[in-house]
Amino acid sequence: MKLLTGNDLKTGFVTWWTGSDWSLHIEDAADVGEHGEAILAAEEGARRVNAPYIINGEQTADGPRPAHIKDRIRALGPTVRPDLTLKPADPAAGDWVI
Amino acid sequence: MYKYDEYDHAMVDARVAEFSDQVRRRLAGEITEDQFKPLRLMNGLYLQLHAYMLRVAVPYGTLDSRQMRMLAHIARKYDRDYGHFTTRQNIQYNWIKLEDAPAILEDLASVEMHAIQTSGNCIRNISSDQWAGAAADEITDPRPWAELLRQWSSFHPEFSYLPRKFKIAVIAANEDRAAMRLHDIGIQIVEKDGQHGAAFYVGGGMGRTPMIAPLIKDFVPLDDMLSYAEACLRVYNRYGRRDNIYKARIKILIHELGADEYRRQVEEEFKHVKSLGIDPPKAEFDRIAAQFAPPPLDASAPDEIDRSDPDFAVWVDQNVAKHKVSGHAIVNISLKPVGGIPGDASSAQIDLMADLAEKYSHDELRVTHAQNIVLPHVRKADLYAVWQALDAAGLATPNLDLISDIIACPGLDYCSLANARSIPVAQKIAQRFADPARQRDLGELKLKISGCINACGHHHAGHIGILGVDRKGTENYQLSLGGSGAEDVSLGTITGPGFDEDGVVDAIERVTDKYLAERNEGERFVDTFRRVGMAPFKEAIYG
Repeated sequence: MKLLTGNDLKTGFVTWWTGSDWSLHIEDAADVGEHGEAILAAEEGARRVNAPYIINGEQTADGPRPAHIKDRIRALGPTVRPDLTLKPADPAAGDWVI
Repeated sequence: MYKYDEYDHAMVDARVAEFSDQVRRRLAGEITEDQFKPLRLMNGLYLQLHAYMLRVAVPYGTLDSRQMRMLAHIARKYDRDYGHFTTRQNIQYNWIKLEDAPAILEDLASVEMHAIQTSGNCIRNISSDQWAGAAADEITDPRPWAELLRQWSSFHPEFSYLPRKFKIAVIAANEDRAAMRLHDIGIQIVEKDGQHGAAFYVGGGMGRTPMIAPLIKDFVPLDDMLSYAEACLRVYNRYGRRDNIYKARIKILIHELGADEYRRQVEEEFKHVKSLGIDPPKAEFDRIAAQFAPPPLDASAPDEIDRSDPDFAVWVDQNVAKHKVSGHAIVNISLKPVGGIPGDASSAQIDLMADLAEKYSHDELRVTHAQNIVLPHVRKADLYAVWQALDAAGLATPNLDLISDIIACPGLDYCSLANARSIPVAQKIAQRFADPARQRDLGELKLKISGCINACGHHHAGHIGILGVDRKGTENYQLSLGGSGAEDVSLGTITGPGFDEDGVVDAIERVTDKYLAERNEGERFVDTFRRVGMAPFKEAIYG
């Protein structure tokens, strides 16, 4: 599957294309299939998200996951500061990242 | 330390106003990211993995308690309650919101700080010896010269768009605590026939093509220092490779031209530059130098230290250095607790260090390129009180220059350029060697980790260096041995095939075991490596 990601213009936070909007949560990401370039161009024009780009991902039982380690770390947060990740209360939240 | 004059204030305030308007236009959608990116980078604002990152300049690593408290305030108000001290004696914040950037820069300007020229192909923050003005072995305080270079290089119209970024270090002692010869220009203040002058080493650097700077001029009269630096930059700006980013640093130019030809061209350019009158009049230099006058230290203060507390005594032996004035000492605060993140400090810790500087160190602090903090002027009689306060805040780890005093870049946990994580490797190594007695037995051992070839973690200059690479989507770590960023400067040699995260920790333990088996009396790790060579270590690592 193909995922579209970027960083929110105002906050810089990692964000994922859901099919109709952007979300901070990878679980909300949609497979953009072959439409990634067109969505990317339209969203760059909207200027809400910085430097959006298309990545490879895979669908798992827990939702979509980026294929590359860099984007997996982007999806959750720094592996060395679980308290600063999107799920600080869940000690197992990062099990799939590395 | 240097205080802004009306020109400094006007320049920084104008830049804050200009950038605030640029941010407003970006947020309003009036300019694109392609248009905005070079503008934000000129103000130290990067976009990293998780958020915007702001890099704040700490000129030659010197700051006072008011400035340090402002760094804590920014961490608390605008970031996530911590900052990361870097290998260029700066501080970075990892979670900055674009809409907050103008307010942060205003706050910084209120304490005579900024983030200008902490990015881009310009002359970056001038770095220096973190013990400047206090070191027992310096011939003079190098910071007035570093400040002069800062003023000369700030907004320099000719050098704002160099072929590539440009880094300068200034020292004034034979012991090199600033990795001077691994800079684009390394300046050492030297003495000859009773006069001080500047030795210019040009063309050093790390990155994908590490090089040690050759000596280009052994003695430039200090009255000519700026003109000579200008000539060095002009030759680079004229002939540096703008066509290939990987060959654009001055080290490549000098390597391709040869040091002799580069020197000839610089000398020729210098004759012209000197006629332009850019070196400051003596009165102006004296004005700057007066602001670095030594603090009023009482040389009759007690020189003895009560070492009856054994933990305190260990800390004194490891983290306290000799001061040039009797009865005083240089306190090195380790930001490398075992299992911690090298260079990170919470806002509370930053505030505490500011308080200690104000109370015990004549209001001065330094940031070191090894990602630690220094209180440069502490009375020996106050050391115990300082240690107790540091210990209570988790800042008294007695490991300066030991194996757990690791330089590590942010790596793939934060950095968009990184290929592998650096911090977890540093943490595992520090935990493996956590026993303080074991660390002290190993002695001085500088271990440095970079998460990519850009070498922000100085791995080429590590007695043991680790480079993280991406091998088919998996983190892999190359090990190198025998580097040094000190006066015995050298570049590390790769041992062989790389390792996974746990494998590299095991490999390091095999290396240190081999060192213990091979070392002669008084030899540091790097001394033994240089004497016996790579072969026995390679055998120990790979069998």
